[in-house]
Amino acid sequence: MNKFARFRRRKIAGPILVVAALFTIGTAFGMASALPGAQPAATSSTSPLVSQGKAIFLRGCSSCHGLNAEGGAIAPSLIGVGAAAVDFQVGTGRMPMADMSQQAMRKKPVYNADETAALAAYVASLAPGPASVTSESLNWQRDGNIAQGGQLFRTNCAMCHNFAGQGGALTNGKYAPSLMGVEPKYVYEALITGPQSMPKFSDTTITPQEKLSLIAWLQSANQEKNLGGASLGRVGPVTEGLLVWTLGLGLLIGIAVWLAMKAR
Amino acid sequence: MKRSEKALGSVANYVDERTGAAKWLKKNLTKVFPDHWSFMLGEICLYSFVILLLSGTFLTFWFDPSQRDVVYNGAYAPLSGVSMSSAYASTLHISFDVRGGLLMRQIHHWAALIFMAAIVAHLFRIFFTGAFRKPREFNWIIGIGLLTFGIVEGFLGYSLPDDLLSGTGIRIAEAIIQALPVVGSYLAFFAFGGPFPGTAFIPRIYTVHVLLLPGLFLALITIHLMLVWYQKHTQFPGPGRTEKNVVGYPLMPVYMAKAGGFFFIVFGVTAFLGAVASINPIWLYGPYTPGQISAGSQPDWYMGWLDGLVRMAPPLETHAFGHTISWNILLPGLILPGILFTGMALYPFIESWVTGDKREHHLLDRPRNAPNRTALGAMSIAFMIISLVNGGNDVIATHFHLTINGIMWFTRFGLFIVPPIVFIITKRICLSLQRADRDLVLHGKETGRLVMLPSGEMVEVHEQLTDAQKWTLTQHQQPDALPAPLPESATRGIKGKLRKRMNQAHSTQIPAPTLSDLKELDHH
Repeated sequence: MNKFARFRRRKIAGPILVVAALFTIGTAFGMASALPGAQPAATSSTSPLVSQGKAIFLRGCSSCHGLNAEGGAIAPSLIGVGAAAVDFQVGTGRMPMADMSQQAMRKKPVYNADETAALAAYVASLAPGPASVTSESLNWQRDGNIAQGGQLFRTNCAMCHNFAGQGGALTNGKYAPSLMGVEPKYVYEALITGPQSMPKFSDTTITPQEKLSLIAWLQSANQEKNLGGASLGRVGPVTEGLLVWTLGLGLLIGIAVWLAMKAR
Repeated sequence: MKRSEKALGSVANYVDERTGAAKWLKKNLTKVFPDHWSFMLGEICLYSFVILLLSGTFLTFWFDPSQRDVVYNGAYAPLSGVSMSSAYASTLHISFDVRGGLLMRQIHHWAALIFMAAIVAHLFRIFFTGAFRKPREFNWIIGIGLLTFGIVEGFLGYSLPDDLLSGTGIRIAEAIIQALPVVGSYLAFFAFGGPFPGTAFIPRIYTVHVLLLPGLFLALITIHLMLVWYQKHTQFPGPGRTEKNVVGYPLMPVYMAKAGGFFFIVFGVTAFLGAVASINPIWLYGPYTPGQISAGSQPDWYMGWLDGLVRMAPPLETHAFGHTISWNILLPGLILPGILFTGMALYPFIESWVTGDKREHHLLDRPRNAPNRTALGAMSIAFMIISLVNGGNDVIATHFHLTINGIMWFTRFGLFIVPPIVFIITKRICLSLQRADRDLVLHGKETGRLVMLPSGEMVEVHEQLTDAQKWTLTQHQQPDALPAPLPESATRGIKGKLRKRMNQAHSTQIPAPTLSDLKELDHH
């Protein structure tokens, strides 16, 4: 008793008490608020697809995105991102990430189409968001206009993805990936969800028909023959300069050496 | 005499009686030129200039230098119905609707890149062999002028199609003009006939590109070649070659054949590149509108170092008296290139001031025998390469998985750190090569044949150089053997001290073997 009274009169007692009180209140509040957060997921997991998706999510995604997709220090919340975002990120193999580097890159998908659909259904069940699309539902051959798509691409996309969709560098090792060979549905989903560094292009910014035009132009650029000979990567004058100093001047100097040798 | 010879003779006689050409031709057709592959670099420049004139003329037949708005309806479907300038539309027309048009466009552009690359390679040759020394200082300056005008001409040329990439370049050029303090915005308005982009710049650039600058080139190249003719070509040192003679082959027939043949080879290589490799695919870039930009927009390589300097410049600005001075553009875009090109043009005079060497030189230096100059040249090349790397930083970043910021910081520091290191290393390599030469002259080549002497001693047989080889390796005058050791009065003050220090640096060398060295060795 004497001991406790002595402690109570010491200067440090006040701050320790405050910290302890805050800790208690914080923990209690955190527990209280976490409980109802779990409720909607639990109630909406009526459909078997959603519960299958939740099982996959808990196994493969929750360590970063949180047990209830609420996000964490290293990964964003997935509540409200919609099925389109899941279909894009998981379907292109970007998620789950291989490592925590600057940016998730496209790789072989970890989950197959069914698992991806289940995951998408689960995330869509959390809150409304953009729905995923299929390449078949996008009638870009009919509704897309290549020339219009080119103009839209140069105005909205070329600044990061390069004039021919070859990709480009962003800050600190991030990059806009090449768009060559990307399936139409992933282009569409990227536009409506804005993955990673990419901005979101809502239907008021670029209408659904214009999005189809963009896809039509990308398909045309992808299939375009190299009209002037070897393309040199379609990255502009850097590779042209490299070629002129190596092959061009190299050939000419080689021939000059040969001509001067013959005279000896 | 055959009948045909008789007829030819009478025609020649007819011309000679009226022009006196025979005497002139007799003198000049037998003019002797020395032979070395590096002497043909200048020829590459000349021939690609001729190719540029020919292919450029072809392109003018269809090119419409106007910014009039048109709607494209040509063969290239992905742009059909798009509104664009007539300049861009006519370039598309040349590329896809004119027979051989795309090939000609590509030949023209490749020839321009080869022209500039050959000019730079030619400049290296002149610099590293000391061919700019008296009496050729003026020709050096003309050469620097040709290089500078070449950069401008190339830039204007690739700006003409009015595509998205070149329009971006024009926009940067406008920014550099605007960066000039006080007069900048007025000059920009004057050049573009109003606010950017306006409708004036394509027609104006066209006149400068096809008339003014080619005319200037013709004049400067003529003077350049006439001076070579008059001053005679330099030659590499060797037995029988002195400051007073030229050893080589006569113009007719040897050089006529060689140079004529080489022209067709240069044309062939250019046409080959034009046929197999795409260059400036403007149909992919799209027409220029100021609201658009592509990732990885670069200039052609000869502007790339400038772009790299602008990209690495820190964001410095000063506000004074209601004016903004944009150091971030002014410094890398105008001041630094100005200093570099002025320094380059004045180098022959600077070196002659440092060494006190006022004599004529017709024999070339082997680069190793002028270590300081060679190291300076290597240092400048390192500077240019580092700026050039930053000019392509976005393409390098994506292709080698690097960060663009990392490349920028590397080049920001590298620009100041790497060139001095290159200087030191190059100088040491030169001195080591001098040592190797000395060793070669005194001891001959190591043959790798081991011989056992009767005493049991093993020795390697050294093969002595021929007298001609020895002469070539020892003929050069070493810097401290200059006729004028600097007088005491000339080394006073800051300027004098600087000169003395530079002179000392310039005359560092390994003593070449002398006759007495050789004789001493013979006694052993």
